[in-house]
Formats: sequence, C-alpha cells, structure tokens
Amino acid sequence: MNIANPHLKFASQAVAKPYFVFALILFLGQVLFGLIMGLQYVVGDFLFPLIPFNVARMVHTNLLIVWLLFGFMGAAYYLIPEEADRELHSPLLAKILFWVFAAAGVLTILGYLFVPYAGLAKMTGNDLLPTMGREFLEQPTITKMGIVVVALGFLYNIGMTLLKGRKTTISLVMMTGLIGLAVFFLFSFYNPENLARDKYYWWFVVHLWVEGVWELIMGAMLAFVLVKITGVDREVVEKWLYVIIAMALITGIIGTGHHFFWIGAPEVWLWVGSIFSALEPVPFFAMVLFAFSMVSKRRRQHPNRAATLWAKGTTVTAFFGAGVWGFLHTLAPVNYYTHGSQLTAAHGHLAFYGAYAMIVMTLISYAMPRLRGIGEANDERSQTMEVWGFWLMTLSMVLITLFLTAAGVMQVMLQRLPTDGTALSFMTTVDQLQVFFWLRLAAGVGFFIGLGCYLFSFKRRGQDVLVGVAAASA
Amino acid sequence: MSETFTKSMARNIYFGGSVFFFLVFLALTYHTEQTFPERTNASQMTEAVVRGKLVWEQNNCIGCHTLLGEGAYFAPELGNVFVRRGEDAGFKPFLQAWMKIQPLGVPGRRAMPQFHLSDQEVDDIAEFLKWTSKINTNKWPPNKEG
Repeated sequence: MNIANPHLKFASQAVAKPYFVFALILFLGQVLFGLIMGLQYVVGDFLFPLIPFNVARMVHTNLLIVWLLFGFMGAAYYLIPEEADRELHSPLLAKILFWVFAAAGVLTILGYLFVPYAGLAKMTGNDLLPTMGREFLEQPTITKMGIVVVALGFLYNIGMTLLKGRKTTISLVMMTGLIGLAVFFLFSFYNPENLARDKYYWWFVVHLWVEGVWELIMGAMLAFVLVKITGVDREVVEKWLYVIIAMALITGIIGTGHHFFWIGAPEVWLWVGSIFSALEPVPFFAMVLFAFSMVSKRRRQHPNRAATLWAKGTTVTAFFGAGVWGFLHTLAPVNYYTHGSQLTAAHGHLAFYGAYAMIVMTLISYAMPRLRGIGEANDERSQTMEVWGFWLMTLSMVLITLFLTAAGVMQVMLQRLPTDGTALSFMTTVDQLQVFFWLRLAAGVGFFIGLGCYLFSFKRRGQDVLVGVAAASA
Repeated sequence: MSETFTKSMARNIYFGGSVFFFLVFLALTYHTEQTFPERTNASQMTEAVVRGKLVWEQNNCIGCHTLLGEGAYFAPELGNVFVRRGEDAGFKPFLQAWMKIQPLGVPGRRAMPQFHLSDQEVDDIAEFLKWTSKINTNKWPPNKEG
C-alpha cells in the first residue's frame, strides 16, 4: 500500500516518525537503567560486578542525551518543512542519518555494557585524542566524531530546506538552536591537561546546551505547537518567542558562571555567576505565561487535548525544575554547602524532565497522530491513557525531586555544615539517607508505570485501524 | 503583551542582548585564563599528573565519584581526598592498598570495582589527586569530608 498520508502537509515530514519512535524506545531504556541505579542507591552491591553503578549511570545519562537529540531531530524534520512551506531537501539523507545515528548509539551503549571502560578506551584509540571519561561526554572519540557527521548532514538538510523556503521566526530560532547545539558540542573534543581548564570548557558543552541553545529549541518547538493547537496569530506568538529566547540567552550565557564557583576559576564568578543565574528562572516563567495565555486566547478547540496538556505541563514543570530548583542552590553562599550534593541530583531530574523530555513529548503528542495517519488527534480512549501517562510520570518525577531534595538537605546538615571532626563522612551520611532513597525508588517505579501508560496510549486498536482505512480510501 | 512593544523590538533585544552578553562572557573567559596558571599551580603539573588524569578518565571514575563537586554523587568527593587520607606521608601507600583490596565485598555496601591498575598507574592517580587538592577552589569544600 502506498497511499500518501492525508494528514501531513508535506509527505517528507514522515521521516520524523522513526526518530520519534526510536527516541521513545531509548527513553524506556533510560528509565530502566534509572531503576537499576535507584536500587543500587539502597542495595549497594545490586548487580555488582555485572553492571557497576558507573556503567548504569553512563547508560542512563547518555540514553537521555541521545533520545532528546533524536526527539529534536524528529521535531526539526517535522516542523521545518511545514514552516518553510516546502518538502524537506532530502528525505533520503534523513533516513540514512537515522540509521547511522541509531547504529552508532546502540553500538556505543553495548560497548558501555559489555566492555570494561578502560578496554573501550583502548579499543577506540582514546590515547590519540583523549576525550572520554568526562561526565556526559563518556562516548568514545569515534562516536563523538560520528555525532558531528550526523549533525552536519542534518543541519545541511534542514538548512537547505529553510534556505529554499519560507523563513519564519519559529524555523529560524529552531535552526539557530540546532546550529548552536552542534557548535558547542565541538568543545567536547577539547580536553586540556589542566583539570580546571578542562572543567571550565566542559561547561561550554553542558551548560551552554541546556541553559542556552536548547532553550531556543524548546521555545521554537513550543511556539510551533501553540500556533497549531490554538490558532493564535503568528505575530503574537513570535513576539513571545523572541522575548523568551532573549531572556534565556541574556541570563543563561553569563549564568554559566554558577558552575565556576569551586573549580579553580577566579572569584569574580562568585558574583557574576550568582547574579545572572539568579535571573535564569525568568525565561522559564515567561514560557509559562506564554503557554497559558495562548491557550486561553485560543481561536479553536483543538481535539488533541493531550498535546495541549503537554504544552502547558512542560512550561510549568520546567519552571519549577530548571527555574525554582535551580535558584534554590544557585547563589554562591548557598552553593558552597550544596554543591555536588543530592540537591544537584534533585534539580537535574526535574529540570531535564520538565524542559526537555516533556517538550519532546509535547511535539510527539501533536505530530504523532498525523504521522501515523490517524488525524488531528487520537481517539478519546488513547488520549485518556496518554493523559494518565502525563500525570503519573510528572507527579512521580515531582516526588523523586522532593525525596532527593530532602536527602540533599539532610546530607548538607550531616556532612557539609559541621566542621572537621564533627562532620560525618560521605559513606556514613548516605547510610543515614536510606529512607529517602527507598522512597525515591518507589517514586521511580511510579514513573515507570506512567511511562508504560504513555507508551500503551500508542497502541492502535481495531477501531482506529478501520477509521484509518476509511480515511485512506475516502 | 501590549501593542506598543512590537516583534521587531523583541527581536532587537534578542540579537543585541545575546551578542553583548556573549562578548562579556568571552572577556570573562579571557580573565579566567589569565588566572589559571597561578590558581592551579600549573608549574607543578608534572607528567605524572597528566598521566594520572588520563587514568582517571579512562576508568570512568567520574561515573561514581565527584571531583571538585562535579560528577556522580554515589561515592565520596576526591578533590580533597589527598587531605583526607594522609597527605604527603600517607596518601600514596593508602591509595595503593585501597585500590588493591577492591571490591571490599561487604554485603549491601556500595561496591567499587577492581580496576587492575599497575602500581605506576595508581601512583599517577595519586599525583593527579594531590595536584588537584591544591587548586585554589575558593575554599571549597567546607570541610575535610568533601
């Protein structure tokens, strides 16, 4: 059967679908490894030495990054043609890059799991250009090079589409964010021998991604979905988008300084980093106002209520996770005691879930019914299941955050605030935090159930198939 | 938002603001670079320190530990472990012994893998951690426990 999908404006948008599907498969993997680690937090030798904690964590965080990248790419392949008002430059290239990236990703994860890390470093010639063994940038150098190749091909493809087509604010902001993502990733190849310098430029990847250019991508994706589901005038949406990304970069670039307090960088960062990063919640708050005011001014009642919920939910959760939980420990005098504690983990979880996991799911929620040929929205039962997934995952993540926050506060009280001699050691401290870690694990199981509901909402029932066939033959 | 605040005004703030603050960021980076040699005692960065960093990286130590507060939060901070575990007199012998007896095999306790490092590699890590402990970190961590 080769019937064109009537629910897509351009046939080439269909290349987004495998990206979204694969992103969600990796998401499932990420959560499974999260559960393994959650258990290792309370039963220290669980799965040892089969899957030591460092391996599980590497798989957990790398899967997160890769599935978000798949999500962003899928989002770009879906929204750039629609915004540019023309077919994608090369759907074939997009398909080839999908398989290249997927194969590289799977091989790297298998390498983590089945080869000791030092062996992986040796196999891939890390001595020649050492880039491995730094948090989140654990990928073998050759994988990093593969990522660059994929990114270049991807940027070429959507860039050509954009150049030849209509240039909207949304597509230009999306493009800027994606170019920035690729450019800052290049710092992952710079690994100075001086640890302080290494750490300083490492943040050019990590911070300037998540508190910089990724916010452009998030803003563009949010704006796109809001235009589609509310029918609000594009001029209004684009004005908001500019305000949001202006605030994001004005606060976020210098805000990098909140990572430079204790790694060997000079004192000036204590002030500069505190002040600018204290303002970093502003763009996230603007996103909340943006989403809610667009939805309240909507000119149509879009049948996809799940997508509307995701769009509102991502802004609120990102505001609390990235904004409020970031602010809690961003001022240098506070961070002096909380730096690298369980509070950091609490913030990391809610921020990544709220801002980036949820924005990808927002776009998937909007685009997937169309990509699957179902129509503007899934049937009521599927949407109800999706909404259950939304609430179970989101509330579970809020609980994970609260339990880790409690653990972090207690850790600071036992290990950081007392002076030498009275402060508990790290290992004694974590023994005292067991109850919070058990509760966190329980919340993690809740998240897993929520993810199950969410994935189950994609199940196509007999009735849908009939509707699909009827639509196709009509 | 009000009609007097137009899209092009918002766009100008975005372009102007991000370019301006990016330039400020570069200036501060230049300043930071000027301070690194002294703050990190770069002259004491021996070949052993450099080799030790590579051993640190190629065994993914950051996957459990933190170093100057960054990393995983599963195992103790090692930026000041030199100070915590014996300093000049005791640290090297301590680390040699500690690395050899892993994993401890205490049921239920967080376990560190056996990395099969040579004595030379452990000495290199020790030198790396010693050098790291002397970086001027604005007095972080607050106490010896890290």
